Amino acid sequence: MAAVEPSTPPLLAMRGVGKKFPGVIALSGVDFTVRAGQIHALLGENGAGKSTLIKVLTGVYAPDEGDIRLASQPIRPASPRDAERLGISTVYQEVNLIPTLSVAENIGLGRQPGKFGFLNWSALRRHARIALARLEIEVDVDAELGSLPLAIQQMVAIARALDLQAKLLVLDEPTASLDEKEVDELFKIMRQLRVAGLGIIFVTHFLDQVYEVTDCITVLHNGEFVGEYPTAGLGRLQLVSKMLGREVSDEEGHAAEGGRSAAVGGRPSSETTVPLLEACQLGRRGAVHPLDLTLRSGEVTGLAGLLGSGRTETARLLFGIDRADTGEIKLRGQPMKISSPRAAVQKGLAFCSEDRKTEGILPNLSVRENIIFALQAKRGAWNTLSRAEQGRLCTHYIQALRIKTGSPETPIKNLSGGNQQKVLLARWLATQPALIILDEPTRGIDVGAKAEIEQLIAKLRADGVAVLFISSEIEEVVRNSTRIAVLRDRRKVAELSGGEMELHRLLHEMAGVAKTHE
Amino acid sequence: MSEPRHRSWLKSPALWPLAGLLLLALVNLAFSKEFFSLTVRDGHYVGAMVDIFKNGSICLVLALGMTLVIATGGIDLSVGSVMAIVAAVAATLLQQGHSLALVLVAGLGVGLLCGLVNGLLISWARIQPIVATLVLMVSGRGIAQLVTGGFQVRIDDTHYTFLGNGFLFGLPLPPILVTVLYLAAWLGLRRSATGLFIEAAGDNETASRFAGLATARVKCLAYVACGLCAAVAGILASSDIKNANPLHDGLNMELDAIFAVVLGGTALSGGRFNLLGTYFGALLLQTLTETMYYDQVRSQVAPVPKAVLIVIVCLLQSETTRRWFGGLFRRASA
Repeated sequence: MAAVEPSTPPLLAMRGVGKKFPGVIALSGVDFTVRAGQIHALLGENGAGKSTLIKVLTGVYAPDEGDIRLASQPIRPASPRDAERLGISTVYQEVNLIPTLSVAENIGLGRQPGKFGFLNWSALRRHARIALARLEIEVDVDAELGSLPLAIQQMVAIARALDLQAKLLVLDEPTASLDEKEVDELFKIMRQLRVAGLGIIFVTHFLDQVYEVTDCITVLHNGEFVGEYPTAGLGRLQLVSKMLGREVSDEEGHAAEGGRSAAVGGRPSSETTVPLLEACQLGRRGAVHPLDLTLRSGEVTGLAGLLGSGRTETARLLFGIDRADTGEIKLRGQPMKISSPRAAVQKGLAFCSEDRKTEGILPNLSVRENIIFALQAKRGAWNTLSRAEQGRLCTHYIQALRIKTGSPETPIKNLSGGNQQKVLLARWLATQPALIILDEPTRGIDVGAKAEIEQLIAKLRADGVAVLFISSEIEEVVRNSTRIAVLRDRRKVAELSGGEMELHRLLHEMAGVAKTHE
Repeated sequence: MSEPRHRSWLKSPALWPLAGLLLLALVNLAFSKEFFSLTVRDGHYVGAMVDIFKNGSICLVLALGMTLVIATGGIDLSVGSVMAIVAAVAATLLQQGHSLALVLVAGLGVGLLCGLVNGLLISWARIQPIVATLVLMVSGRGIAQLVTGGFQVRIDDTHYTFLGNGFLFGLPLPPILVTVLYLAAWLGLRRSATGLFIEAAGDNETASRFAGLATARVKCLAYVACGLCAAVAGILASSDIKNANPLHDGLNMELDAIFAVVLGGTALSGGRFNLLGTYFGALLLQTLTETMYYDQVRSQVAPVPKAVLIVIVCLLQSETTRRWFGGLFRRASA
């Protein structure tokens, strides 16, 4: 890939960086180059390796291979402190300062001026004022950090990061919790710093912001380097397809469409039948704008969109995990209040969360207990499933889903990710749901297990279950869905069905650009 | 089929406190023959082992409730104070001449109420368990003093004092009552899905909630059960000493109960619990106390061996040390 300005020597050059974790190759042969006076976007979907790369750079992880040069000097940061000393400063998504301390204390934390263990308070304040003045921020250095708006806290974090003689500033999703005006403020500062000759790495999943503020884009996919591109020269559609790990030409888009028709036998059921679940103008401030969604029995509705587009948020509203501020839900034509997951389960809904570890498994309980859990919770404490019934359910699902486990009594935490996922699917299937929401059911599991889960989705559809299928893998969505709702920037922007469900069209909708051909 | 069952028995957390108990018994056997002597006096069995069961019954019953609370990932520091409140209420009502049935119902009701307050503060108001129950731990003794008017209250009712001093089949009544309570709890928890729900809520609260469990209700229930157990303990203790003392009843008993649970192999982080383990854990603790009493260790020094024992058992239960030991053996054999 052509470098932007080949004449200037790069500030940061990472070459052939690789990092393995047990069972996963997080990064392999990744190149990353940042120049002084440049805002460089680092983009990729979940699991692309962005955060691993940042952690290698900031000394959290040691790379297994590759080399890192800062201003032509080879470096190997051993810890975040070490990286800071070298001039690499990081501001994380969650402001990791101490809210109960003052602004000045936060800026000076860990490097307080003073002698013999006594703090030189006036020097501390002066320091903080200088650091903030550099960013043209006006804030009382004695104010308690926690009492300030989040955007100001974010800027204090940047001031703290730049207080050291920073050469490179890493901003890891700094805008995730900011509103539009606050984002503008942040961008103003980023532009100032660019003029001052800093290299800035900007990790985000908001494409608008990438085009607004960055000079250059590096895209990662599945831990591999896809390419480096000047922002001005890369269209949205191209960017999105690169993030999703594919080069789309028109022909290919149509070819994929043909493949889809072969894969999915089912057609959208008649529009006249009463839908299982209708959401009308369902929305929640800060999560997802009001949207309409209709889910029918015997249909797989795909929910497509980039990371942060509001897919999981929509699922959480439907399942009663988050309370909706607007709109209503009708179940089989009847208005329903789904105020908790418990209520949702009682009404025949099921939700397989994308976050297996914190929202799915009961790690120390056995495979058996994990499988029967949702059904038992639905039945209540006293209507107990007998040991024989439990055994029958377990045997059935362990065979049907080919769950590899030593015995039904093995704690689920000892199983591989794919098998844990299958146990969770079994948990929900055992409740015989009318609607099952599958949020990234194939994430982080091997190819064989993926194929099995796709077969399972097809079977559920054939059995007349309504399925809401969320996945970052766009081909998977196209392949398995009867219709596809597309989300972008927390809004529903399109609903595709039948012949419209082809890759190219979907990418256009996800990227938010008008369809160029035809 | 017999193979895995055999293995699961070996892995049972109840094994460690049982092993400790046997070890301590061996030590006693070596040092004093009297420890195991069992004589019959006035038709009652008498001996150190009987004392252990009788004096350990307070800790046993507290540890039963504490096991459930700890399994949900919480803790209840208020049980000692709840004992004092219940004893004060019972003694005051007895003094006013109320019937035994009313006194018992009132005592248990007060314990249930205390547990409910704790449970609601934790599950509904989402206050951290240690803070929420600390409130009642501190204020409970004040409440008990308010009930008695700041005095100790003597208990003369022979029916009431029979509970703590009576005998059944020649054995003291309290440990029999407590053992029956353990059996009932075990049946209730394991025959219904309540035990599973408690373990699930403690193992991963979010996942349990997302699977449709009313986790708040389950947690609240655990504190209510713990309050009830504290009430039983308060009744047994006051009945035993025929007195209610707002300042002294159940003092520091919450710590013994927590120790017993931990010794029994239920982790403070919540999740799996083991009632049999707790039972042995509480007995182990009492045996240690009784041993020191027998060997005339000064009471000021007594907490030290207790502490040492707890550290040893905790180390044995920790996966890290077990791995370390395992590594040591492997290296030695290599």
